[in-house]
Amino acid sequence: MSASGPSIVSLRGVGKTFDNGTVALNGFELDVHTGEFVSLLGSSGCGKSTALRIIAGLSAASRGAVEWPTGAGRIGFVFQEPTLMPWARVAANVALPLKLARADATASQAAAMQALKRVGLAEFAGAFPRELSGGMKMRASIARALVTEPHLLLMDEPFAALDEITRFKLNNDLLAVWQELHRTVVFVTHSVFESVYLSQRIVVMTPRPGRVFTEVVVDAPYPRDERFRTSAEYAGFCRRVAEALYKATAAGGMS
Amino acid sequence: MSDRLLPILLPVLVLAIGVLIWALVVWGFAIPPFVLPGPRLVLATLVADAGLLWNSLLVTLLITFEGFLLAALGGIGLAILFNQSRLVEYSLYPYAVILQVTPIVAIAPLLLIYLPQPLAVLACAWIVAFFPVLANTTLGLNSVDHNLLALFELYKATQWQVLWNLKLPSALPQMLAGLRIAGGLSLIGAVVAEIAAGSAGAGSGLAYRIAESGYRLNIPRMFAALLLLSLAGVAIFFVLSTLSDFALRRWHESAARREL
Repeated sequence: MSASGPSIVSLRGVGKTFDNGTVALNGFELDVHTGEFVSLLGSSGCGKSTALRIIAGLSAASRGAVEWPTGAGRIGFVFQEPTLMPWARVAANVALPLKLARADATASQAAAMQALKRVGLAEFAGAFPRELSGGMKMRASIARALVTEPHLLLMDEPFAALDEITRFKLNNDLLAVWQELHRTVVFVTHSVFESVYLSQRIVVMTPRPGRVFTEVVVDAPYPRDERFRTSAEYAGFCRRVAEALYKATAAGGMS
Repeated sequence: MSDRLLPILLPVLVLAIGVLIWALVVWGFAIPPFVLPGPRLVLATLVADAGLLWNSLLVTLLITFEGFLLAALGGIGLAILFNQSRLVEYSLYPYAVILQVTPIVAIAPLLLIYLPQPLAVLACAWIVAFFPVLANTTLGLNSVDHNLLALFELYKATQWQVLWNLKLPSALPQMLAGLRIAGGLSLIGAVVAEIAAGSAGAGSGLAYRIAESGYRLNIPRMFAALLLLSLAGVAIFFVLSTLSDFALRRWHESAARREL
Protein backbone atom coordinates (compact mmCIF):
# COMPACT_ATOMS: atom_id res chain seq x y z
CA MET A 1 0.00 0.00 0.00
CA SER A 2 2.73 2.42 -0.87
CA ALA A 3 1.76 5.86 -2.04
CA SER A 4 4.22 5.80 -4.89
CA GLY A 5 2.68 3.08 -7.08
CA PRO A 6 1.80 3.72 -10.70
CA SER A 7 -0.65 6.53 -11.28
CA ILE A 8 -4.27 5.63 -12.04
CA VAL A 9 -5.26 9.20 -12.91
CA SER A 10 -3.30 12.42 -13.23
CA LEU A 11 -4.56 15.99 -13.42
CA ARG A 12 -2.18 18.28 -15.30
CA GLY A 13 -2.62 22.02 -14.91
CA VAL A 14 -6.37 21.62 -14.63
CA GLY A 15 -8.41 24.81 -14.45
CA LYS A 16 -12.15 25.33 -14.22
CA THR A 17 -13.97 28.61 -14.77
CA PHE A 18 -17.73 28.54 -14.33
CA ASP A 19 -20.11 30.40 -16.62
CA ASN A 20 -20.57 33.12 -14.01
CA GLY A 21 -16.84 33.84 -14.09
CA THR A 22 -15.90 32.09 -10.84
CA VAL A 23 -12.49 30.45 -11.13
CA ALA A 24 -12.93 27.25 -9.12
CA LEU A 25 -9.61 25.64 -10.03
CA ASN A 26 -6.42 26.94 -11.55
CA GLY A 27 -3.23 25.03 -12.34
CA PHE A 28 -4.38 22.06 -10.30
CA GLU A 29 -1.88 19.17 -10.28
CA LEU A 30 -2.66 15.77 -8.82
CA ASP A 31 -1.40 12.22 -9.27
CA VAL A 32 -3.57 9.53 -7.76
CA HIS A 33 -1.61 6.31 -7.30
CA THR A 34 -3.15 2.90 -7.70
CA GLY A 35 -4.39 1.49 -4.42
CA GLU A 36 -3.85 4.61 -2.31
CA PHE A 37 -6.25 6.48 -0.05
CA VAL A 38 -5.81 10.17 -0.75
CA SER A 39 -7.83 13.06 0.66
CA LEU A 40 -8.43 16.49 -0.80
CA LEU A 41 -8.67 18.86 2.13
CA GLY A 42 -9.70 22.50 2.02
CA SER A 43 -12.20 25.06 3.21
CA SER A 44 -15.58 25.35 1.50
CA GLY A 45 -15.35 26.73 -2.01
CA CYS A 46 -11.73 25.68 -2.57
CA GLY A 47 -12.72 23.65 -5.63
CA LYS A 48 -12.13 20.22 -4.12
CA SER A 49 -15.56 18.94 -5.16
CA THR A 50 -15.04 20.44 -8.61
CA ALA A 51 -11.76 18.54 -8.94
CA LEU A 52 -13.55 15.32 -8.00
CA ARG A 53 -16.32 15.92 -10.54
CA ILE A 54 -13.72 16.59 -13.23
CA ILE A 55 -12.02 13.27 -12.44
CA ALA A 56 -15.42 11.55 -12.66
CA GLY A 57 -16.13 13.20 -16.00
CA LEU A 58 -19.22 14.90 -14.58
CA SER A 59 -17.70 18.29 -15.28
CA ALA A 60 -15.32 19.30 -18.05
CA ALA A 61 -12.02 21.03 -17.28
CA SER A 62 -11.72 24.49 -18.84
CA ARG A 63 -7.93 24.14 -19.07
CA GLY A 64 -5.39 21.37 -18.65
CA ALA A 65 -5.76 17.62 -19.03
CA VAL A 66 -6.96 14.58 -17.14
CA GLU A 67 -4.78 11.58 -17.99
CA TRP A 68 -5.49 7.91 -17.38
CA PRO A 69 -2.11 6.20 -17.88
CA THR A 70 -3.53 2.68 -17.75
CA GLY A 71 -6.79 3.54 -19.51
CA ALA A 72 -10.00 4.84 -17.96
CA GLY A 73 -11.29 2.36 -15.39
CA ARG A 74 -14.61 1.96 -13.68
CA ILE A 75 -15.50 4.77 -11.29
CA GLY A 76 -17.69 4.74 -8.22
CA PHE A 77 -18.98 8.08 -6.92
CA VAL A 78 -20.43 8.85 -3.50
CA PHE A 79 -22.16 12.22 -3.25
CA GLN A 80 -22.47 14.45 -0.22
CA GLU A 81 -26.11 13.42 0.03
CA PRO A 82 -27.07 9.74 -0.20
CA THR A 83 -28.73 10.44 -3.59
CA LEU A 84 -30.93 7.34 -3.53
CA MET A 85 -34.04 6.93 -5.67
CA PRO A 86 -36.86 7.23 -3.10
CA TRP A 87 -39.24 5.10 -5.18
CA ALA A 88 -36.92 2.09 -5.34
CA ARG A 89 -36.04 -0.38 -2.62
CA VAL A 90 -32.50 -0.35 -1.24
CA ALA A 91 -31.49 -3.44 -3.25
CA ALA A 92 -32.76 -1.90 -6.47
CA ASN A 93 -30.92 1.33 -5.67
CA VAL A 94 -27.68 -0.55 -5.13
CA ALA A 95 -28.18 -2.62 -8.30
CA LEU A 96 -28.85 0.49 -10.42
CA PRO A 97 -25.35 0.84 -11.98
CA LEU A 98 -25.53 -2.78 -13.15
CA LYS A 99 -29.05 -2.32 -14.46
CA LEU A 100 -27.94 0.72 -16.46
CA ALA A 101 -25.12 -1.41 -17.91
CA ARG A 102 -27.82 -3.94 -18.90
CA ALA A 103 -26.29 -6.68 -16.75
CA ASP A 104 -28.16 -9.89 -16.09
CA ALA A 105 -30.87 -9.21 -13.47
CA THR A 106 -30.13 -12.24 -11.28
CA ALA A 107 -26.41 -11.56 -11.23
CA SER A 108 -27.08 -7.87 -10.47
CA GLN A 109 -29.31 -8.82 -7.56
CA ALA A 110 -26.58 -11.11 -6.18
CA ALA A 111 -23.93 -8.41 -6.59
CA ALA A 112 -26.18 -5.87 -4.88
CA MET A 113 -26.71 -8.23 -1.94
CA GLN A 114 -22.98 -8.78 -1.64
CA ALA A 115 -22.30 -5.04 -1.69
CA LEU A 116 -25.01 -4.52 0.94
CA LYS A 117 -23.47 -7.22 3.13
CA ARG A 118 -20.11 -5.50 2.85
CA VAL A 119 -21.54 -2.28 4.30
CA GLY A 120 -23.62 -4.16 6.89
CA LEU A 121 -27.00 -3.38 5.36
CA ALA A 122 -28.04 -6.81 4.06
CA GLU A 123 -31.17 -7.03 6.17
CA PHE A 124 -32.47 -3.71 4.81
CA ALA A 125 -32.33 -4.77 1.15
CA GLY A 126 -36.13 -4.69 0.90
CA ALA A 127 -36.60 -1.36 2.68
CA PHE A 128 -37.33 1.96 1.02
CA PRO A 129 -34.77 4.77 1.52
CA ARG A 130 -37.16 6.84 3.63
CA GLU A 131 -37.25 4.05 6.18
CA LEU A 132 -33.48 4.27 6.76
CA SER A 133 -31.49 6.55 9.07
CA GLY A 134 -29.00 9.05 7.64
CA GLY A 135 -26.05 6.75 8.29
CA MET A 136 -27.81 3.76 6.73
CA LYS A 137 -28.71 5.78 3.63
CA MET A 138 -25.03 6.68 3.25
CA ARG A 139 -24.09 3.01 3.62
CA ALA A 140 -26.52 2.14 0.83
CA SER A 141 -24.97 4.89 -1.27
CA ILE A 142 -21.49 3.43 -0.67
CA ALA A 143 -22.76 -0.06 -1.51
CA ARG A 144 -24.07 1.29 -4.82
CA ALA A 145 -20.67 2.84 -5.57
CA LEU A 146 -18.96 -0.49 -4.78
CA VAL A 147 -21.34 -2.71 -6.75
CA THR A 148 -19.52 -2.28 -10.07
CA GLU A 149 -16.20 -3.14 -8.38
CA PRO A 150 -14.76 0.24 -9.38
CA HIS A 151 -11.04 0.79 -9.81
CA LEU A 152 -11.41 4.28 -8.44
CA LEU A 153 -13.79 5.33 -5.68
CA LEU A 154 -14.52 9.06 -5.52
CA MET A 155 -16.17 10.37 -2.35
CA ASP A 156 -17.43 13.94 -2.04
CA GLU A 157 -17.71 14.78 1.69
CA PRO A 158 -19.90 11.72 2.17
CA PHE A 159 -20.07 11.90 5.96
CA ALA A 160 -20.30 15.68 6.40
CA ALA A 161 -24.00 15.60 7.29
CA LEU A 162 -23.75 12.75 9.80
CA ASP A 163 -23.40 12.94 13.57
CA GLU A 164 -19.98 12.25 15.05
CA ILE A 165 -20.73 8.77 16.37
CA THR A 166 -22.11 7.61 13.02
CA ARG A 167 -19.25 9.30 11.19
CA PHE A 168 -16.59 7.52 13.27
CA LYS A 169 -18.34 4.21 12.68
CA LEU A 170 -18.53 4.78 8.94
CA ASN A 171 -14.88 5.91 8.88
CA ASN A 172 -13.87 2.57 10.39
CA ASP A 173 -16.09 0.58 8.05
CA LEU A 174 -14.82 2.48 5.03
CA LEU A 175 -11.21 1.72 6.02
CA ALA A 176 -12.09 -1.96 6.46
CA VAL A 177 -13.64 -2.06 2.98
CA TRP A 178 -10.66 -0.24 1.49
CA GLN A 179 -8.16 -2.65 3.06
CA GLU A 180 -10.16 -5.65 1.95
CA LEU A 181 -10.74 -4.54 -1.65
CA HIS A 182 -7.54 -2.54 -2.30
CA ARG A 183 -9.42 0.07 -4.33
CA THR A 184 -8.06 3.52 -4.96
CA VAL A 185 -9.99 6.14 -3.00
CA VAL A 186 -10.07 9.92 -3.48
CA PHE A 187 -11.87 11.40 -0.51
CA VAL A 188 -12.93 15.05 -0.36
CA THR A 189 -13.40 16.52 3.10
CA HIS A 190 -13.12 19.75 5.05
CA SER A 191 -12.38 17.91 8.28
CA VAL A 192 -8.71 17.78 9.34
CA PHE A 193 -9.44 14.97 11.78
CA GLU A 194 -11.29 12.83 9.26
CA SER A 195 -8.60 13.27 6.59
CA VAL A 196 -5.79 12.28 8.97
CA TYR A 197 -7.70 9.29 10.29
CA LEU A 198 -8.47 7.89 6.85
CA SER A 199 -5.73 8.84 4.42
CA GLN A 200 -2.22 7.88 3.49
CA ARG A 201 -1.77 11.23 1.85
CA ILE A 202 -3.56 14.55 2.29
CA VAL A 203 -3.58 17.16 -0.45
CA VAL A 204 -4.18 20.55 1.19
CA MET A 205 -5.82 23.07 -1.14
CA THR A 206 -5.97 26.86 -1.26
CA PRO A 207 -9.28 28.50 -2.02
CA ARG A 208 -10.19 30.91 -4.86
CA PRO A 209 -8.85 29.67 -7.16
CA GLY A 210 -8.34 26.12 -5.96
CA ARG A 211 -4.84 24.75 -6.29
CA VAL A 212 -2.57 22.43 -4.35
CA PHE A 213 -0.89 24.20 -1.42
CA THR A 214 1.01 21.29 0.06
CA GLU A 215 0.85 17.58 0.72
CA VAL A 216 1.09 15.76 4.03
CA VAL A 217 1.93 12.05 4.09
CA VAL A 218 0.28 10.23 7.00
CA ASP A 219 2.57 7.22 7.35
CA ALA A 220 0.82 5.67 10.34
CA PRO A 221 0.17 1.97 9.75
CA TYR A 222 -3.21 0.38 9.07
CA PRO A 223 -5.45 -1.00 10.44
CA ARG A 224 -6.26 2.22 12.23
CA ASP A 225 -8.83 2.13 14.99
CA GLU A 226 -10.03 4.03 18.05
CA ARG A 227 -6.57 3.62 19.60
CA PHE A 228 -5.08 5.54 16.70
CA ARG A 229 -7.79 8.19 17.01
CA THR A 230 -6.71 8.94 20.58
CA SER A 231 -2.95 8.55 20.07
CA ALA A 232 -0.32 11.28 20.35
CA GLU A 233 0.81 10.34 16.84
CA TYR A 234 -2.69 11.12 15.48
CA ALA A 235 -2.77 14.41 17.36
CA GLY A 236 0.64 15.30 15.91
CA PHE A 237 -0.52 14.66 12.35
CA CYS A 238 -3.69 16.65 12.98
CA ARG A 239 -1.63 19.61 14.24
CA ARG A 240 0.59 19.54 11.14
CA VAL A 241 -2.35 19.26 8.78
CA ALA A 242 -4.32 21.95 10.60
CA GLU A 243 -1.34 24.31 10.35
CA ALA A 244 -1.00 23.58 6.65
CA LEU A 245 -4.73 24.19 6.13
CA TYR A 246 -4.52 27.47 8.07
CA LYS A 247 -1.62 28.66 5.91
CA ALA A 248 -3.35 27.47 2.75
CA THR A 249 -6.51 29.38 3.57
CA ALA A 250 -4.53 32.50 4.43
CA ALA A 251 -2.51 32.18 1.20
CA GLY A 252 -5.71 31.81 -0.80
CA GLY A 253 -7.25 34.80 0.91
CA MET A 254 -4.34 37.06 -0.04
CA SER A 255 -4.25 36.18 -3.70
CA MET B 1 -63.94 11.48 19.68
CA SER B 2 -61.12 9.94 17.71
CA ASP B 3 -59.12 11.65 14.98
CA ARG B 4 -60.31 9.10 12.46
CA LEU B 5 -64.01 9.74 12.92
CA LEU B 6 -63.92 13.54 13.03
CA PRO B 7 -63.12 14.08 9.32
CA ILE B 8 -66.21 12.03 8.47
CA LEU B 9 -68.60 13.11 11.23
CA LEU B 10 -68.06 16.86 10.97
CA PRO B 11 -68.89 17.22 7.25
CA VAL B 12 -71.92 14.96 7.71
CA LEU B 13 -73.06 17.19 10.59
CA VAL B 14 -72.62 20.32 8.44
CA LEU B 15 -74.60 18.64 5.65
CA ALA B 16 -77.43 17.72 8.02
CA ILE B 17 -77.61 21.26 9.36
CA GLY B 18 -77.56 22.71 5.83
CA VAL B 19 -80.35 20.42 4.60
CA LEU B 20 -82.39 21.19 7.71
CA ILE B 21 -82.08 24.95 7.18
CA TRP B 22 -82.96 24.47 3.48
CA ALA B 23 -86.10 22.46 4.39
CA LEU B 24 -87.11 24.97 7.07
CA VAL B 25 -86.70 27.96 4.74
CA VAL B 26 -88.79 26.30 1.98
CA TRP B 27 -91.45 25.33 4.50
CA GLY B 28 -91.41 28.52 6.60
CA PHE B 29 -91.64 30.96 3.69
CA ALA B 30 -93.93 28.62 1.72
CA ILE B 31 -91.64 28.89 -1.32
CA PRO B 32 -93.23 27.23 -4.39
CA PRO B 33 -91.29 24.26 -5.88
CA PHE B 34 -90.72 26.03 -9.21
CA VAL B 35 -88.69 28.65 -7.33
CA LEU B 36 -86.92 26.49 -4.76
CA PRO B 37 -87.90 22.84 -4.18
CA GLY B 38 -87.36 21.38 -0.72
CA PRO B 39 -84.79 18.61 -0.15
CA ARG B 40 -87.49 15.93 0.09
CA LEU B 41 -88.97 16.89 -3.30
CA VAL B 42 -85.48 16.85 -4.88
CA LEU B 43 -84.88 13.33 -3.54
CA ALA B 44 -88.34 12.22 -4.70
CA THR B 45 -87.60 13.59 -8.19
CA LEU B 46 -84.25 11.81 -8.16
CA VAL B 47 -86.07 8.52 -7.49
CA ALA B 48 -88.96 9.19 -9.90
CA ASP B 49 -86.66 10.22 -12.77
CA ALA B 50 -83.98 7.68 -11.89
CA GLY B 51 -84.01 5.89 -15.26
CA LEU B 52 -83.76 9.07 -17.33
CA LEU B 53 -81.14 10.71 -15.10
CA TRP B 54 -79.09 7.53 -14.80
CA ASN B 55 -78.80 7.20 -18.57
CA SER B 56 -77.80 10.84 -18.83
CA LEU B 57 -75.26 10.38 -16.07
CA LEU B 58 -73.69 7.50 -17.98
CA VAL B 59 -73.45 9.62 -21.13
CA THR B 60 -71.72 12.44 -19.27
CA LEU B 61 -69.45 10.08 -17.36
CA LEU B 62 -68.38 8.31 -20.53
CA ILE B 63 -67.46 11.63 -22.18
CA THR B 64 -65.67 12.70 -19.00
CA PHE B 65 -63.72 9.47 -18.89
CA GLU B 66 -62.75 9.67 -22.56
CA GLY B 67 -61.76 13.31 -22.17
CA PHE B 68 -59.73 12.46 -19.07
CA LEU B 69 -57.97 9.57 -20.80
CA LEU B 70 -57.07 11.69 -23.81
CA ALA B 71 -55.96 14.52 -21.51
CA ALA B 72 -53.75 12.11 -19.56
CA LEU B 73 -52.19 10.70 -22.71
CA GLY B 74 -51.86 14.10 -24.38
CA GLY B 75 -50.60 15.90 -21.28
CA ILE B 76 -48.04 13.28 -20.29
CA GLY B 77 -46.98 12.68 -23.89
CA LEU B 78 -46.52 16.38 -24.59
CA ALA B 79 -44.65 16.86 -21.30
CA ILE B 80 -42.22 14.06 -22.23
CA LEU B 81 -41.79 15.58 -25.69
CA PHE B 82 -41.14 19.04 -24.17
CA ASN B 83 -38.64 17.51 -21.76
CA GLN B 84 -36.74 15.74 -24.53
CA SER B 85 -36.65 18.66 -26.94
CA ARG B 86 -36.26 22.30 -26.02
CA LEU B 87 -37.19 23.31 -29.58
CA VAL B 88 -40.54 21.56 -29.41
CA GLU B 89 -41.19 23.09 -25.99
CA TYR B 90 -40.39 26.62 -27.18
CA SER B 91 -42.54 26.13 -30.28
CA LEU B 92 -45.66 24.68 -28.68
CA TYR B 93 -45.82 25.71 -25.01
CA PRO B 94 -47.26 29.20 -25.63
CA TYR B 95 -50.15 27.65 -27.54
CA ALA B 96 -50.87 25.19 -24.77
CA VAL B 97 -51.10 28.17 -22.43
CA ILE B 98 -53.37 30.08 -24.83
CA LEU B 99 -55.65 27.06 -25.09
CA GLN B 100 -55.79 26.95 -21.32
CA VAL B 101 -56.42 30.64 -20.57
CA THR B 102 -59.12 31.12 -23.20
CA PRO B 103 -62.42 30.44 -21.36
CA ILE B 104 -63.87 27.13 -22.49
CA VAL B 105 -67.39 28.61 -22.45
CA ALA B 106 -66.29 30.84 -25.29
CA ILE B 107 -64.66 28.05 -27.29
CA ALA B 108 -67.47 25.50 -26.96
CA PRO B 109 -70.01 27.15 -29.33
CA LEU B 110 -67.30 27.40 -32.01
CA LEU B 111 -66.33 23.77 -31.64
CA LEU B 112 -70.01 22.84 -31.98
CA ILE B 113 -70.07 24.53 -35.36
CA TYR B 114 -67.10 22.67 -36.77
CA LEU B 115 -67.32 19.27 -35.07
CA PRO B 116 -70.11 16.73 -34.70
CA GLN B 117 -71.73 17.26 -31.29
CA PRO B 118 -70.26 14.25 -29.38
CA LEU B 119 -66.78 15.04 -30.69
CA ALA B 120 -67.15 18.72 -29.75
CA VAL B 121 -68.10 17.78 -26.19
CA LEU B 122 -65.12 15.44 -26.00
CA ALA B 123 -62.81 18.14 -27.37
CA CYS B 124 -64.02 20.55 -24.67
CA ALA B 125 -63.40 18.01 -21.93
CA TRP B 126 -59.92 17.42 -23.32
CA ILE B 127 -58.98 21.10 -23.70
CA VAL B 128 -59.87 21.89 -20.09
CA ALA B 129 -58.28 18.78 -18.63
CA PHE B 130 -54.99 18.36 -20.46
CA PHE B 131 -53.19 21.50 -19.30
CA PRO B 132 -52.86 20.65 -15.59
CA VAL B 133 -51.47 17.25 -16.60
CA LEU B 134 -48.99 18.92 -18.96
CA ALA B 135 -47.95 21.63 -16.51
CA ASN B 136 -47.57 19.32 -13.52
CA THR B 137 -45.78 16.55 -15.42
CA THR B 138 -43.40 19.11 -16.96
CA LEU B 139 -42.64 20.45 -13.49
CA GLY B 140 -42.04 16.90 -12.25
CA LEU B 141 -39.76 15.96 -15.15
CA ASN B 142 -37.72 19.13 -14.62
CA SER B 143 -37.42 18.66 -10.85
CA VAL B 144 -35.21 15.57 -11.00
CA ASP B 145 -32.49 15.46 -8.33
CA HIS B 146 -29.37 16.82 -10.05
CA ASN B 147 -27.09 14.40 -8.26
CA LEU B 148 -29.17 11.44 -9.43
CA LEU B 149 -28.94 12.85 -12.93
CA ALA B 150 -25.14 13.04 -12.52
CA LEU B 151 -25.14 9.46 -11.26
CA PHE B 152 -27.01 8.25 -14.34
CA GLU B 153 -24.55 10.21 -16.48
CA LEU B 154 -21.61 8.64 -14.64
CA TYR B 155 -22.91 5.17 -15.46
CA LYS B 156 -23.45 6.19 -19.09
CA ALA B 157 -27.22 5.76 -19.05
CA THR B 158 -28.99 6.27 -22.37
CA GLN B 159 -31.57 9.04 -22.79
CA TRP B 160 -34.27 6.37 -22.70
CA GLN B 161 -32.91 4.89 -19.44
CA VAL B 162 -32.82 8.33 -17.86
CA LEU B 163 -36.43 8.94 -18.89
CA TRP B 164 -37.78 5.55 -17.88
CA ASN B 165 -35.74 4.84 -14.74
CA LEU B 166 -35.29 8.34 -13.38
CA LYS B 167 -37.42 11.14 -14.79
CA LEU B 168 -40.80 9.41 -15.02
CA PRO B 169 -40.73 7.81 -11.54
CA SER B 170 -39.43 11.03 -10.05
CA ALA B 171 -42.22 13.00 -11.78
CA LEU B 172 -44.93 10.56 -10.67
CA PRO B 173 -46.19 12.60 -7.66
CA GLN B 174 -46.64 15.76 -9.73
CA MET B 175 -48.10 13.76 -12.61
CA LEU B 176 -50.70 12.21 -10.29
CA ALA B 177 -51.51 15.63 -8.82
CA GLY B 178 -52.14 16.85 -12.37
CA LEU B 179 -54.35 13.87 -13.14
CA ARG B 180 -56.35 14.47 -9.96
CA ILE B 181 -57.11 18.01 -11.10
CA ALA B 182 -57.77 16.83 -14.67
CA GLY B 183 -60.49 14.38 -13.54
CA GLY B 184 -62.66 17.14 -12.12
CA LEU B 185 -61.87 19.54 -14.96
CA SER B 186 -62.77 17.03 -17.61
CA LEU B 187 -66.24 16.75 -16.03
CA ILE B 188 -66.50 20.54 -16.09
CA GLY B 189 -65.45 20.63 -19.76
CA ALA B 190 -68.02 18.01 -20.69
CA VAL B 191 -70.76 19.88 -18.81
CA VAL B 192 -69.90 23.23 -20.37
CA ALA B 193 -69.99 21.74 -23.87
CA GLU B 194 -73.25 19.93 -23.19
CA ILE B 195 -74.88 23.12 -21.95
CA ALA B 196 -73.63 24.97 -25.02
CA ALA B 197 -74.83 22.14 -27.21
CA GLY B 198 -78.14 22.00 -25.32
CA SER B 199 -79.19 25.32 -26.80
CA ALA B 200 -78.23 23.90 -30.19
CA GLY B 201 -80.67 21.04 -29.82
CA ALA B 202 -79.22 17.54 -29.59
CA GLY B 203 -77.66 15.80 -26.61
CA SER B 204 -78.70 13.62 -23.72
CA GLY B 205 -76.04 14.12 -21.05
CA LEU B 206 -76.74 15.25 -17.51
CA ALA B 207 -75.93 18.88 -18.25
CA TYR B 208 -78.32 18.80 -21.17
CA ARG B 209 -81.00 17.56 -18.75
CA ILE B 210 -80.30 20.55 -16.52
CA ALA B 211 -80.66 22.98 -19.43
CA GLU B 212 -83.77 21.23 -20.68
CA SER B 213 -85.38 21.16 -17.22
CA GLY B 214 -84.59 24.86 -16.90
CA TYR B 215 -86.55 25.67 -20.04
CA ARG B 216 -89.46 23.63 -18.72
CA LEU B 217 -89.24 25.20 -15.25
CA ASN B 218 -88.80 21.71 -13.84
CA ILE B 219 -86.65 23.04 -11.02
CA PRO B 220 -86.72 19.86 -8.84
CA ARG B 221 -85.20 17.88 -11.72
CA MET B 222 -82.53 20.57 -12.18
CA PHE B 223 -81.55 20.09 -8.57
CA ALA B 224 -81.63 16.31 -8.88
CA ALA B 225 -79.34 16.40 -11.94
CA LEU B 226 -77.04 18.91 -10.24
CA LEU B 227 -76.83 16.64 -7.21
CA LEU B 228 -75.82 13.73 -9.45
CA LEU B 229 -73.17 15.86 -11.17
CA SER B 230 -71.68 16.86 -7.84
CA LEU B 231 -71.65 13.27 -6.65
CA ALA B 232 -69.96 12.23 -9.91
CA GLY B 233 -67.31 14.90 -9.39
CA VAL B 234 -66.70 13.80 -5.81
CA ALA B 235 -66.50 10.15 -6.91
CA ILE B 236 -63.94 10.99 -9.63
CA PHE B 237 -61.82 12.94 -7.16
CA PHE B 238 -62.04 10.15 -4.60
CA VAL B 239 -61.06 7.43 -7.06
CA LEU B 240 -58.09 9.42 -8.41
CA SER B 241 -56.93 10.37 -4.90
CA THR B 242 -57.08 6.75 -3.81
CA LEU B 243 -55.12 5.61 -6.86
CA SER B 244 -52.54 8.34 -6.29
CA ASP B 245 -52.12 7.48 -2.61
CA PHE B 246 -51.80 3.82 -3.50
CA ALA B 247 -49.08 4.49 -6.05
CA LEU B 248 -47.08 6.75 -3.71
CA ARG B 249 -47.72 5.20 -0.32
CA ARG B 250 -44.36 3.45 -0.05
CA TRP B 251 -42.04 6.30 -0.87
CA HIS B 252 -43.53 9.76 -1.18
CA GLU B 253 -43.98 12.00 1.83
CA SER B 254 -47.40 13.11 0.59
CA ALA B 255 -48.85 9.60 0.89
CA ALA B 256 -46.68 7.82 3.44
CA ARG B 257 -48.06 7.46 6.95
CA ARG B 258 -46.30 9.59 9.51
CA GLU B 259 -45.22 7.76 12.61
CA LEU B 260 -45.33 10.00 15.64
